Amino acid sequence: MSEGTLYDKVWDSHKVRELPNGQDQLFVGLHLIHEVTSPQAFGMIREKGMEVAYPELTHATVDHIIPTKDQSRPFKDDQAEQMMAELESNTLEANIKFAGPTSGDQGIVHVVGPERGLTQPGMTIVCGDSHTSTHGAFGALAFGIGTTQIRDVLATQTIALGRQKVRKIEIKGELGEYVTAKDIILTIIRHLGTDGGVGHVYEYGGPAISKLSMEGRMSICNMSIEGGARAGYVNPDETTYEWLKSTDTFKKDPKRFEELLPYWKSIRSEEGAKYDDIFEIDCNKIEPMVTWGTTPGQGIGISEKIPDPNSMVESKRESAIRAQNHMRVSPGDDMKGYKIDVAFIGSCTNSRLSDLREACKIVDGKTVSSDVRAMVVPGSQRVKLAAEEEGLDKIFLEAGFDWRLAGCSMCLAMNEDQLIGDEACASSSNRNFIGRQGSKDGRTILMSPVMVAAAAITGEITDVREMI
Amino acid sequence: MKNSPEIKYAIGKGIAIRGSDIDTDQIIPARYLKAITFDGLGEFAFRDLRIGSKGELLDHPFNDEEYQNASILVVNSNFGCGSSREHAPQALMRWGIKAIIGHSFAEIFSGNCLALGVPVVEMDAVQIEKLQEWIELNPGEEIHIDIVGEEIEYNLERINVKIPESHRKALVEGIWDTTALLKSNPEEVKQLAGEIPYIK
Repeated sequence: MSEGTLYDKVWDSHKVRELPNGQDQLFVGLHLIHEVTSPQAFGMIREKGMEVAYPELTHATVDHIIPTKDQSRPFKDDQAEQMMAELESNTLEANIKFAGPTSGDQGIVHVVGPERGLTQPGMTIVCGDSHTSTHGAFGALAFGIGTTQIRDVLATQTIALGRQKVRKIEIKGELGEYVTAKDIILTIIRHLGTDGGVGHVYEYGGPAISKLSMEGRMSICNMSIEGGARAGYVNPDETTYEWLKSTDTFKKDPKRFEELLPYWKSIRSEEGAKYDDIFEIDCNKIEPMVTWGTTPGQGIGISEKIPDPNSMVESKRESAIRAQNHMRVSPGDDMKGYKIDVAFIGSCTNSRLSDLREACKIVDGKTVSSDVRAMVVPGSQRVKLAAEEEGLDKIFLEAGFDWRLAGCSMCLAMNEDQLIGDEACASSSNRNFIGRQGSKDGRTILMSPVMVAAAAITGEITDVREMI
Repeated sequence: MKNSPEIKYAIGKGIAIRGSDIDTDQIIPARYLKAITFDGLGEFAFRDLRIGSKGELLDHPFNDEEYQNASILVVNSNFGCGSSREHAPQALMRWGIKAIIGHSFAEIFSGNCLALGVPVVEMDAVQIEKLQEWIELNPGEEIHIDIVGEEIEYNLERINVKIPESHRKALVEGIWDTTALLKSNPEEVKQLAGEIPYIK
């Protein structure tokens, strides 16, 4: 069992009591909600005559279903409009702060929390969304939960949870040029498997993590769940504190920053902390990653060959064969040169300002391939505005990209942004599951935003390092 | 103490869905989540695997006449990976599934199942394959799951299975309604909140 880790400290300080079934009752410091998984929970507490216990610790935004082209109300999609209206009335009735489309603060919930300074070190954070693990980048304990658990949190501000194991992932070496945080996490999942993290929380550390920006750390923590780990975190450090200082929360109240700083420092994992296990990875060996299959674990470096399912352990074989049939690739093939129809830069993994800046450097002065429809969907209204102030929108537009409004968009295709038929999409999102991007025959290839930018220009999967 | 029905066993006809890493987007594609209740989700279970682009029925156990009243789902490893959507177990439950036996499950998915009183039972990979084969050869035959004793029985054979202890206890003692459990000590919660540095 782990001892002295951030996980242990935050867990212990938020534990109300042990429950009769052996799980712990944990206090929730921040509850984030969105339109897809919360309406049923509000319905359940209304049915039971309960009230929201701590509305001031609850924040809402709309992201999954929101259109990214025309947000005039009512939305064209009746179901989307109904979900939006339900969230508005639920939050209004319960006195929960709602960052709606006209607030200037709307966006993907995992982009909005960190940029506003709602997400802080040493917090317990839950949201009815598996990518809640993103917030772990700040040294918070952040979990995705189901709707019944949302009901629990609304009604009590606590959650019933069993303690997990802590795996330290020590990331050494230095990233090469145009090799990114996304490539680190795709490499980790490739090696540990999509189920390797079940029952575990991942602590990401080591020199490469220390050097990484908050955005990069968020991309890594974001995809912990793709490796089966319900949460992942990075110990807070100067990079974290600098980010927090610049957020509204602490710009408005710098004294609060000074008050909380000792707490943030105190929850860092101890020098001699005990972990359940440790996994090491060397960044010097990582190149830009692309997936060849239909799980995020089915990835290779851009210069590697697609593996042969017959060389895999039995439990991976059948899924690899199924994936290669779907993607229409064969063992020994390159992913380099694979034709794409769509390029998508967005999602809670990679839609932040630095992602857009880096992609822009690749796109600048070039033209999107005539066979490709390409779109950039900023993660939040603030990201969009900041990008426009730097002129990034113009560079993308001139190259032939669509420049959209903030939302989850084509990551999971709950709005009108969807693949059609068997289109292949170079995507900076987090899941290449069959059907994920809106068409059951669609093909998703996961990669970093710079790799998506490169593919958009050439019309095929490209090693971004050869474009410069 | 008891706040929900005690679930000590599950008995029903089996249905096998083969393959590892069956994700929540396969169990219920995101475009069918656009509703403010869970009502009627049963018809969307495995929707894209059951219904083709032209609306034609595909070859899938959930479409098969022989399994229409099956209630014990038998799956392989990492079942339910991906999103936290409770819509996934809701869709399965509303289709008629009462318990799931598999080699392994994604964590959020199995937690969501417990919240609905749907037991998830872990069994050795080789035993899973054997059971799936048996179901395919003997559709309509019953499987018994003993949640108290952690074993299943089919074809006159008993096999040991594993249920996470906290889940097993919650089901057997009828304490899986977590809201009731968590709502019983508001003062204690309030006191702890007062000790957390970032709570004003």
